Amino acid sequence: MESAFSTADLSAIWLTFKLAAVVTIILLLVGTPIAWWLARTRSWWKGPVSAAVALPIVLPPTVIGFYLLVAMGPSGPLGHLTQFFGMGLLPFTFSGLVVASVFYSLPFVVQPLQNAFEAIPERALETAATLRASALDTFFSVVLPLAKPGFLTASVLGFAHTVGEFGVVLMIGGNIPNQTRVVSVQIYDHVEAMEYAQAHWLSAGMLLFAFLLLLPLYTFGSKGRRK
Amino acid sequence: MIAARFKLAYAGFALDVDLQIPARGITALFGPSGSGKTTLLRCIAGLERTTNGLLRIHDEVWQDGAKFLPVHRRSLGYVFQEASLFPHLSVRRNLEYGMRRIPPAQRKVQPEQVVDLMGLGKLIERDPAHLSGGERQRVAIGRALLTSPRLLLMDEPLSALDVASRQEILPYLERLHGELEIPVIHVSHALDEVARLADNVVMLERGRVIASGAPNEILTRLDLPTAHLDNAGAVIETAVATHDEAYHLTRLDFSGGCLWVSKVEHDVGSVVRARVLARDVSIATAVPQGSSITNILAARITGIQEEGQDRVNLRLAVGGEHMLLSRITRRSRDQLGLAVGMEIFAQVKSVALLA
Repeated sequence: MESAFSTADLSAIWLTFKLAAVVTIILLLVGTPIAWWLARTRSWWKGPVSAAVALPIVLPPTVIGFYLLVAMGPSGPLGHLTQFFGMGLLPFTFSGLVVASVFYSLPFVVQPLQNAFEAIPERALETAATLRASALDTFFSVVLPLAKPGFLTASVLGFAHTVGEFGVVLMIGGNIPNQTRVVSVQIYDHVEAMEYAQAHWLSAGMLLFAFLLLLPLYTFGSKGRRK
Repeated sequence: MIAARFKLAYAGFALDVDLQIPARGITALFGPSGSGKTTLLRCIAGLERTTNGLLRIHDEVWQDGAKFLPVHRRSLGYVFQEASLFPHLSVRRNLEYGMRRIPPAQRKVQPEQVVDLMGLGKLIERDPAHLSGGERQRVAIGRALLTSPRLLLMDEPLSALDVASRQEILPYLERLHGELEIPVIHVSHALDEVARLADNVVMLERGRVIASGAPNEILTRLDLPTAHLDNAGAVIETAVATHDEAYHLTRLDFSGGCLWVSKVEHDVGSVVRARVLARDVSIATAVPQGSSITNILAARITGIQEEGQDRVNLRLAVGGEHMLLSRITRRSRDQLGLAVGMEIFAQVKSVALLA
């Protein structure tokens, strides 16, 4: 066998990693304040917001994809916004894929972070305050180091889940080489074209990659729990 | 002076306090659990937010009406019941945490001083997880001190410790008192702790201040719950007058007379605090003859209150300013015909030295 992956395959692999990396970074930035708020608030809004964040876990990706498509379309609210800022329309672009993936993978980042934040006792924050640390200072000097395992879990799950998405990509991104054609879509194309050998290589690669990504998480995670 | 005025109501609990505390020495906030001690301390720290409260430390206003200085901008140290060290930092980094957050010009308390005062030399590179309860609490106190606070707040720092650790840490608290001029507000529900440490006592009950003043005055008041405790008794500041080497005794003088105790190490002239329990004080109407009790003080009865069915508590004035408590049987009171205003002799069977 000369080469396991075609140029199109390699392009899809590269695009998939790029997408997952960008999405994970955005998710950590967006998910952290949401998780912090959910972990600390006593507001009535906690329930509804938690449920909304968790929706992508249970909804078919097509439902999320459909509504995002409508929202990002020429007459949707997001569409109006992007057009206003001169960015054109998001569907069938890489940016559109990023936005959709952020929504789709949000619970996988927010929930581990929220668990990690909830495990930090209120007392630790109060102690920091009595030692002259402002809220922001406390976040970086106490919360972040104590929640480090939570951040690792959140990053891995966010990344892995984005790599593994298919339905939302198909709805929002279509199938444009170098722009929106990620590995999962590429595999679908191979299968459609009866290129089983190619499909095998990509699928096995995905399988192995996902396993290796999750392995340390569950190995070290369970050790931590046993302690 | 520290002026504090707070009103706070939760379901089933209300705090209503208007208080002036001297801004020096150790003030004990004393009362049964649920009396609002911790809540009051948290109000002072700003950890509990009340509307329309007032808090002034000397000339510095921390809270007044709409003005509310956030906790991290108050120059205070807070020691919680359980040590709450940061688990991700070594002992050294824990100690430095607060110190690094104040401007260098304000660092009056030096790390070496705290390490020495709290006996932390051997612990400094350790991980908090590998410290005993008493050690952790000493680090927490040191950490609070290193912010050179204008006020140190302690919320029952000994209550989570076993008796041995408690005995281990008390001397450090006393040294703190002696060597640093930081006023301390110390929450406690243990009378022994208050007797040993406090220069000033504030007694709380159901969210209100029921008494405040010097320990000798407060702990001998018959109308307060402390007089009914099993270990009720007076605290007297005395000076070491002389040592009797032959009999291994020391004489302690105070304005009400003198007390002989087993020889102590303190130099002549040093101040020690003596505790005389009510149950160790008996009464004679004339100078007792042929008694083995050496400590006999002339006193006047200033108050009598019945205690249970069989006993009475007497409050005795010795000298000009000191008070003692005595607990005797009701029958003895009647047989001796004791009444308020009578001059009697107090026989002190036992004296405990506190420092």
